[in-house]
Amino acid sequence: MSATTDRQEPDTLRTLPGDDVRQIMWRFADRFDLQMVVQSVRAVARGPVARLVAGGGRNSHDWTDEKNALLAAFDESGITALGAEPEHGGYLEGPQNLAMALAAFELSWVDAGAATSSLASHLGLSPIHEHGTPEQKQTYLSRAVPTNDGDICRGAFALTEPLPYVGVDTGVLSGKAKIAEWNDGEEPILQIDKRGRFITGMDFANMVTAAVDSADERINGSFFVILEEGDEGMFDRGAPTLKLVHQLSSTRDPIFNLKVPASRIVGGYTIKDGVLTPNVSHSEVLNDVFRHTRVPVGLMTSAKLLSAVEPIIRYQRGRFRGGEGKPGTPRHDLGLQQKEDALHRLIDVWATGEAMTSLGLATARLFDEYDPLKREKDRIFAERGVTGIRAMMGELKTIEKAALEFLDGRASGETSSGAVPGEDPLIRFVIDDSLTSVLCPATKLWNTGYGATVMREAVSLVGGYGITEDCPGFLGQKWMDAQLEATYEGPEAVQRRQLSITMANPVFLRQFDDWIVELGQIAGNKAGLGASTLASAMKLWRWTLDHLRETKDADGKPLFRDNRQGVTFPMGDALSWLVASRYQMLDVLELESKGKERPELAESLPGTVQFFTDLCRVQAARAAGEVGRMCAELVYGYQRQPSGEALATFQALRSELDESIAEARLAKDRAARSLTGVMIPEALDYPA
Amino acid sequence: MTDGFHIVVCGSLVPDPIQTLEPVPGGDRPALKNEAMLPSVLDPWAGHALYEAAHLAAKTPGSKVWLVSLGPKAQLQQLMMRVAQKVPFELVALDGPASGFTDSFEVAVALAQAIEGIDGLDRSRLLLFGGCASASRDAGVTVQMVGERLGIHDQFLAVDELKVEDGGSIRVLERVEGGRYLASVCEGAPLVAAWATGSLPEPPNSPQVGMQNMRTIMPALAKAGPATLGGEGTTWLTAEVPQQRRETRVVKDSSADEIAQEIVTWIKG
Repeated sequence: MSATTDRQEPDTLRTLPGDDVRQIMWRFADRFDLQMVVQSVRAVARGPVARLVAGGGRNSHDWTDEKNALLAAFDESGITALGAEPEHGGYLEGPQNLAMALAAFELSWVDAGAATSSLASHLGLSPIHEHGTPEQKQTYLSRAVPTNDGDICRGAFALTEPLPYVGVDTGVLSGKAKIAEWNDGEEPILQIDKRGRFITGMDFANMVTAAVDSADERINGSFFVILEEGDEGMFDRGAPTLKLVHQLSSTRDPIFNLKVPASRIVGGYTIKDGVLTPNVSHSEVLNDVFRHTRVPVGLMTSAKLLSAVEPIIRYQRGRFRGGEGKPGTPRHDLGLQQKEDALHRLIDVWATGEAMTSLGLATARLFDEYDPLKREKDRIFAERGVTGIRAMMGELKTIEKAALEFLDGRASGETSSGAVPGEDPLIRFVIDDSLTSVLCPATKLWNTGYGATVMREAVSLVGGYGITEDCPGFLGQKWMDAQLEATYEGPEAVQRRQLSITMANPVFLRQFDDWIVELGQIAGNKAGLGASTLASAMKLWRWTLDHLRETKDADGKPLFRDNRQGVTFPMGDALSWLVASRYQMLDVLELESKGKERPELAESLPGTVQFFTDLCRVQAARAAGEVGRMCAELVYGYQRQPSGEALATFQALRSELDESIAEARLAKDRAARSLTGVMIPEALDYPA
Repeated sequence: MTDGFHIVVCGSLVPDPIQTLEPVPGGDRPALKNEAMLPSVLDPWAGHALYEAAHLAAKTPGSKVWLVSLGPKAQLQQLMMRVAQKVPFELVALDGPASGFTDSFEVAVALAQAIEGIDGLDRSRLLLFGGCASASRDAGVTVQMVGERLGIHDQFLAVDELKVEDGGSIRVLERVEGGRYLASVCEGAPLVAAWATGSLPEPPNSPQVGMQNMRTIMPALAKAGPATLGGEGTTWLTAEVPQQRRETRVVKDSSADEIAQEIVTWIKG
């Protein structure tokens, strides 16, 4: 028999990780509905979307017929209906955050503009989904699912303003609402004036949820309002936004000058003493909408990094083929993979992509758990008559205390809801709320911001090829697209601002302390993962946070204050590195544990786990380095002559951290060697 | 007219053809390098058969489609996440190798036994569909042998079209040499149709169809029995990838038309 001998070493990555591995790591191995969603979205991404990009479909600001055809593909494959509840014609039971995140990931594997296009309508309907009245939900959400008669409600989310810049101060709106008519005994008619900028989906949206502020003494505050094509007045879609990226999504600068009934106010309204007060302010809507939709955006960038691995390996190996090197020579077979630097840098790209994806999907899963808890909290509060921001905040403070007692293991007996503390929905809500409030901005900030930087590195690994349209995997386009992902739905500064507040939440910090202990235990059970490195980095961050909160600078000014963003923002960045590395490790541990139960993985599991373990080690060392640098700058950088007992503690922690990085580069070498042997397909599975 | 057909499609997975497929020595037969880890797709010819079956069932009230698949259970499950969204069917799964290195006769025995065990199958209304070939090993005989074992002797190979006529008879177009078709008419079921490509495009995914199918697919996978494919009496001498032939000639002074003409001449032999 003349078959080739398999010379792979047993503990090496043999093939690129397949669906069976990812389903375990990302915790949907027992969710066949999500597995089908992934396959369905993938077929669209690597079929019509990839063909459109490869055919130059991105080279136009206009919404072409070819781009418009993607909507039909989204409708047919179930992507459009993905966010719909079963009662409104959706096909997935339960919260859909993980499903939406996976869909965004799959589409962005090829083109994030297509992902944005598919998600835009969902974003436009989100204010209604989160806060709409029952009538509004029935009217709009049930029409958002494709039907055979072609009648479909496609939404756009009109927040961003004003011209000529792109962006919005979420507290100040130029879009205005006045009372146009208000006859006795009749519903008020509103006059809405809104100019949007960079509004996604405006080429095909037939309804818009627009953020406006009152310009009339008979209206209190700001709100979201539903506008429909066909309303009286001007529904001008505006000019195409001349954006450089995400060209497969429709973006225009629309102008609305419309009369609509007050019943279009999202969440309804109350009239008292001749003044109309919206039940839900626009900032409340924004808070709940963006909490959910920012996570898929973070996953768009992480998909780019992981999608870059295969084309880069193929490029590296084939770089010199066709030249002088003959088959069997290192130059022919390994190409650029003979060079350590090329391999190490690709390991950095891959490790970062893993950490980003783990963080993003963990956050999405947490939101699936959080959403029902929030609804239950709202129900209990309503039942108890807890209404109004102040009353709610007061109640939540009490629950926060109970949550801390529970986390400390001090809670006993029954809670006010009559449940044991661990099952009390209010306590669980407060705990999950503290986590989502950190993980969501961390995902959006770190995945997109740092992801854009690493995507540049990925492009550089393909040389000049990377910045041509010919580059397989569309790497150049993905690099540019990442910049938009870092910006829209709240740019980096907004995420850092949120983190600077939420990371100091005692309920979060209490869990963070538990994570340090947990990592110590993991380090004891599984060497090589980098858990002790990460634990050291987390200890340093935690100490630095406490130190900054009680320390003044050389001029006697407090350091950790809202307006000292030079202090608070880097701490948010550092935290993002830490949480991403943690969730990456947890995913690898899950693979190792659950993979053993899958006979079909038996042959490949040790090598796959070893490789992912090495990636964790590399990423943990990188995170520790970043955290150490940022913490040192903050601790020393605001003093003229640093000294004192506190600094000795910092130095001891820093020293512990540095020493914990031992073997990280050996892990990187080992992972790099795996890249030279891993089997890849003959070609990408999408046109390029 | 007919009361509807019971259409059984035989089809399973093959390694995704864009993967690197390299034969390596196995225990009792060759295997592909890292075969268990390679992503799989539905054998394209079986796919054509399945889509034609679903199309025929949709326009013939009272019809039902089964897909009988022999393959590693875990890989079949992954495959079903894609295939189940295409058309409605009920899965009958057999756990065993789907490699190109199995014996067609043994596969046919296993498939025939599985079909005989299908509850509620009316063999007088049976249309047995499959691919006329396979992307894993192009023996092109499996469906015929399954038909023979089931006692179906009206067999049509390389079918591109199957139409039910007004009186209930079935008209079939089979590919023959020279780009021509052999047109045949038979009285009706039961028959065997080993499909070529047919004429239908791959249906778009429908998650709703997928969710419906999965209600029966997951139990079918759970109870999939092992198929015995021992390969007794078969000896493998070699297994190798066909050599690529590459003839390069540098031409600098020919027009595009001349080059095109030369290529056409070369293709025509």
